[in-house]
Amino acid sequence: MTARTLFDKVWDRHVVVPETADTPAVLYIDLHLTHEVTSPQAFSVLRSRGLKVRRPDRTLVTMDHSTPTDSAQIFGGVPIALESAAQQIRQLERNCAEFGLDLIGLQDDRRGIVHIIGPELGATQPGKTIVCGDSHTSTHGAFGALAFGIGTTEVGYILATQCLLQRKPKTLAIEVAGRLGPGVAAKDLVLAIIGRIGVNGGTGHVIEYRGPAIEALSMDERMTVCNMSIEAGARAGMVAPDQTTFDFLAGRPRAPQGEAWERAVADWRTLLTEPGATFDQTIRLDAGAVEPMVTYGTNPGMVTPISGRVPERPGDPAFAQSLRYMGLEPGESLRDKPVQVVFIGSCTNARISDLEIAARVLAGRKIAPGVRALVVPGSQQVKREAEALGYAKVFIDAGAEWRESGCSMCLGMNGDTVPQGQYCVSTSNRNFEGRQGTGARTLLTSPATAAATAVRGRITDPREFIH
Amino acid sequence: MDPITVIRSRTVVMPSTNIDTDQIIPARFLTTTTREGLGAALFADWRYAADGQPNPDFVLNRPEARGCAILVAGRNIGCGSSREHAPWALLDHGFRAVVSTEIADIFRSNSLKNGLLPVIVDADTHAWLLANPGAEVEVDLPATTLRLPNGRTASFPIEAFSRYCLINGVDELGYLLSQADAITAYERRAG
Repeated sequence: MTARTLFDKVWDRHVVVPETADTPAVLYIDLHLTHEVTSPQAFSVLRSRGLKVRRPDRTLVTMDHSTPTDSAQIFGGVPIALESAAQQIRQLERNCAEFGLDLIGLQDDRRGIVHIIGPELGATQPGKTIVCGDSHTSTHGAFGALAFGIGTTEVGYILATQCLLQRKPKTLAIEVAGRLGPGVAAKDLVLAIIGRIGVNGGTGHVIEYRGPAIEALSMDERMTVCNMSIEAGARAGMVAPDQTTFDFLAGRPRAPQGEAWERAVADWRTLLTEPGATFDQTIRLDAGAVEPMVTYGTNPGMVTPISGRVPERPGDPAFAQSLRYMGLEPGESLRDKPVQVVFIGSCTNARISDLEIAARVLAGRKIAPGVRALVVPGSQQVKREAEALGYAKVFIDAGAEWRESGCSMCLGMNGDTVPQGQYCVSTSNRNFEGRQGTGARTLLTSPATAAATAVRGRITDPREFIH
Repeated sequence: MDPITVIRSRTVVMPSTNIDTDQIIPARFLTTTTREGLGAALFADWRYAADGQPNPDFVLNRPEARGCAILVAGRNIGCGSSREHAPWALLDHGFRAVVSTEIADIFRSNSLKNGLLPVIVDADTHAWLLANPGAEVEVDLPATTLRLPNGRTASFPIEAFSRYCLINGVDELGYLLSQADAITAYERRAG
């Protein structure tokens, strides 16, 4: 038998019906994550066709995108300010009741961004196929799962059949040698990768991140890297499961327990790319050469080391339009650029270690005058941990807003938005035009860079604070 | 879903590269719980001024764009969010096909499932289309070709089963449901 990659092994295990020239493979999905924004129309299809949810036990439902982050609106009896969001939340509650699904609802202490609570609950596991009506489902690949985003029609397919029709994607190995330097984060690494291969560099491919720099990353950091695979256009990103993975999952509520745990780990250890297995493409880079990164344009591939300048690309109208939107000039230095908003949050960077590094930078310091800083934990559990560890107090004492969990200002669906024309340094994943609000100008960075920038009120290299 | 065979239309050209799904329909319109009526929100931030009035410079607001069913876009349209609201909005506005040299994976998959034809063409054909906005072109799904007014044709790739479903106006759910026995057998086997 030919040597197989991690991806090949996970794929092969889930083929219900093999693909032919005429039909794609029927692929079984182990875990379906569902939220309020991309599911209502799928439930409508089930209703109109008289179908049931095939596997409620494989469906994890919560609400995160359009939910308020204001405590009073969640726990204090204050009505949700955005009426359409309130309706969408109520619709999800009705759909779950009608179709017999457990819902991690608005006031549930397990609630959070779906890509943060899946791993937190131990539902995300090596070797699983995981989908969600959200492109950042790629996050779960950090555990050696095959995890990818789907549209609402496919949400309906999964609810009804627990399967999808899929052609096997190609594979891309990203081999990262060396180690990240002090003050350089997993976020900087993935931004450097996207800068290198472009926002379409991964189209049609599943990425496997490999090499010593990847093996040295914590699970939180691996999730940050895999999360942004979609920003390179990739179907999914994966990291081989190892002891770091098993240590993270051990004892979590939905992870196997006792003897079942031992059996699971023994199986997960077999999910490695075998020597001699081939990838359709391979890209190599050195983690030691990666600096703190910051985006300057309107897609995540428009990125530069923080010490760098906005590039010049004469004769490229899309590039020129992007800089016009951002209010930046070719050749301009980004360092010391004043900003008005700092957002620390999102499925990319709102886990406890992200808040820890931000708290380290902000401890004993104040947010610069005129800067609004919003810290939104990725889940209620992260929130409780950050409060217990004193990080929340650091943020509040520094003058930041400390909120309830959710997607929040990453996409501004819930009303947490950046005003027209303002610059926002954000730990989220997309700097698209209008992503954080109409006319908002987003600069993507790591949590350390965002916190350092919040202190100075201008784009700041976090290595000034972290030695 | 209506069957698709041949789409004949003038083109609307949006040459920008990497038009993401946040541009196609901004997130603030996603609190809807239906798929209808999203055409009004299509390209909202480019199409309307701050006061809600149509921006006369935007291509979809020009009189010649009216009735066009084929959108020609720069490389890598549909990147970003998986929101199916993007093809829903394009369809509701009246588009039936999107043409580019590259179309992002999830957007392409979502488009196929709703009868919005993703047409990936070679760089020469694409360059001609970008240079000739409003050209009357013909997309022939059974033949998998795009025909330019000068008679030149370019073939485009499309997954065989998706093509079958689009030509016959059926969705894939019926096929998946027909695999119930195989799915049950898999579940027994996999535990």
